[in-house]
This record gives sequence, C-alpha cells and structure tokens, in this order.
Amino acid sequence: MPAAGVVMIIAVVAIVAAVVYYLVSTILALRQITAGLDDAIGAVGEIIEKSSPVAGVVETINANLDAGVDLLEGLLVAKAGLTDAVGLVDGLYPGAGAQGLRNFPDSGQIKPPRIAEVYTRGTLTLARLGREAPIAAASPNGPALRDAIYGSRAAGTLYPGGRPGRVPSLPRSPVIGADSPVRYEPSDEVGRPRKRMPVEQEG
Amino acid sequence: MILEWIGAAILLLVVLPVVIYLLAEVLTSARSIVPSVERIARAAHAGSTDLDAAALLLTTQEQAIKTIAAAADYGGSLDVIIDDVEGA
Repeated sequence: MPAAGVVMIIAVVAIVAAVVYYLVSTILALRQITAGLDDAIGAVGEIIEKSSPVAGVVETINANLDAGVDLLEGLLVAKAGLTDAVGLVDGLYPGAGAQGLRNFPDSGQIKPPRIAEVYTRGTLTLARLGREAPIAAASPNGPALRDAIYGSRAAGTLYPGGRPGRVPSLPRSPVIGADSPVRYEPSDEVGRPRKRMPVEQEG
Repeated sequence: MILEWIGAAILLLVVLPVVIYLLAEVLTSARSIVPSVERIARAAHAGSTDLDAAALLLTTQEQAIKTIAAAADYGGSLDVIIDDVEGA
C-alpha cells in the first residue's frame, strides 16, 4: 500500500474518531438538558396547580373588602359629614386625607380639618397663657400632634379626680294596663253628678 | 500519486480541524445550557414550595368574610345609635 493511502486512512480514522467523541459528548449534554427540563416542567405544573385557586380566593377577599370599605365610608360620611370624615381619616393616617375617600371623588380636594388631636386641659391652659405649649408652637399646617400611642392616656388626664361614674338609675316608668301591679279601683262616684258644695245662706 | 498526497493533506490539515472546531462549538453550547436548565428547575421547585402557603388563603378568605360581617353588624348598630349629620 502506498504511503499516501496510509496517511489518508489515518486522516479518515481521526475524523471519524473526533466526530464520535464530540457527538457522544453532545448527546450526553442534551440528555442532561432533557432531564433538567423534565424536572422544571414538573415543578411548573405544581405551580400551576397550586396557584389555580388563588385568583378566585383573592377576588372574593377583595370583593368583601370593597364591600367593607363602601360600608364604613358611607357610614362615616353619613354620621360625621364629608369634611369631618376626611379630617378623621387624615388624623388617623396623616396624609391620607389628600387621597380622599374612594366613593367620594371630590373628597380629595377637601382640606382636612385637624379634629383628631387630643388636647389635654393642661395643654389648652398653657396655650391660653402663651407658654411653650406644643399646639401653640406648631404650625397649623403641620401634622396632627396626636400621640398615637398614649393618646387615650392623655385624654384620661381631663379627669384628674377620676372619671365620673354612671348616673344612678332613674325610677322606672309605671306599668299600665291590665297587668299593672298597682290598680286603682274605679270610684263609686263615677257616673253620678258631681258633688256640689252646699250653698251658704246669706243673711 | 500526487493527488493522493494532496487529498491526504487536505483531510489532515483542513477537514479534520474544521470538523473538530465545529463539533467542539456544538458541545460547548450544549454544555452551557445545562447549568441554566438546572437553575430553572431549582427556581421552579422553590416557587412550588413557596406556593404551599397558598392554601392558607382559604383561611384568609374565611376570616375576611367574618371580619366584614362583624364590621357590617357593628356599622348597622352605629347607624341606629348615632344620628346622621345635619343636612345628610
């Protein structure tokens, strides 16, 4: 066999060997990819299965919350009025008054009154005396000076001698009717002519 | 004879390097996909595990309904107890 033929055979064998090596390696890598994708697809299936009822549940929760918001907003506006309602909301959540109430689009333009502040009697006294009262020092355009944590405790100082107790119960209304415990018998004079005082004789 | 040498030389010096280069690129690309697929699978498993808490939404739904019902009852009582604002 000529030397050129041997070299050609060697070259062909080398090419075939390279093709086999790389193709087998590629096949192994593709099998790893397939296994990984199968794993991922299974997990994605679980995600779809677990998240399928979420939309309905969230819609139900939102519907109930919407109904609650409508109810409370409507009640607040009916009882306190739109302006005071915005003031109460802004007092509880500073800055929320600018957003307004959801069912009252024009409420966002109302300047919320500062009605959610808790002023103790001592604070008001100091304010009247012009001393360093917090409410006198703050700008009226600033946030509410309400103490969100101890606000109720501060309000309790309005009664230094203790909060007044309940009013003693008043006497109950009399029971009337056939079952009345106190019955007044009809007078014997009923139906008779009224008694007249004897006429004094003149002279 | 010369043609055979030329053919052998082309096989060794041209065809073999080209084949090796092309197959090596294919193998590199295939191997680079494997880590990405494994990360996707891990993320999908983590997402599936996180959604185990989705069942608690049923409890949340029930509690929300009860809370709104209690608020509605309370609001109804307030509506009876407190007078409406003047002009309402």
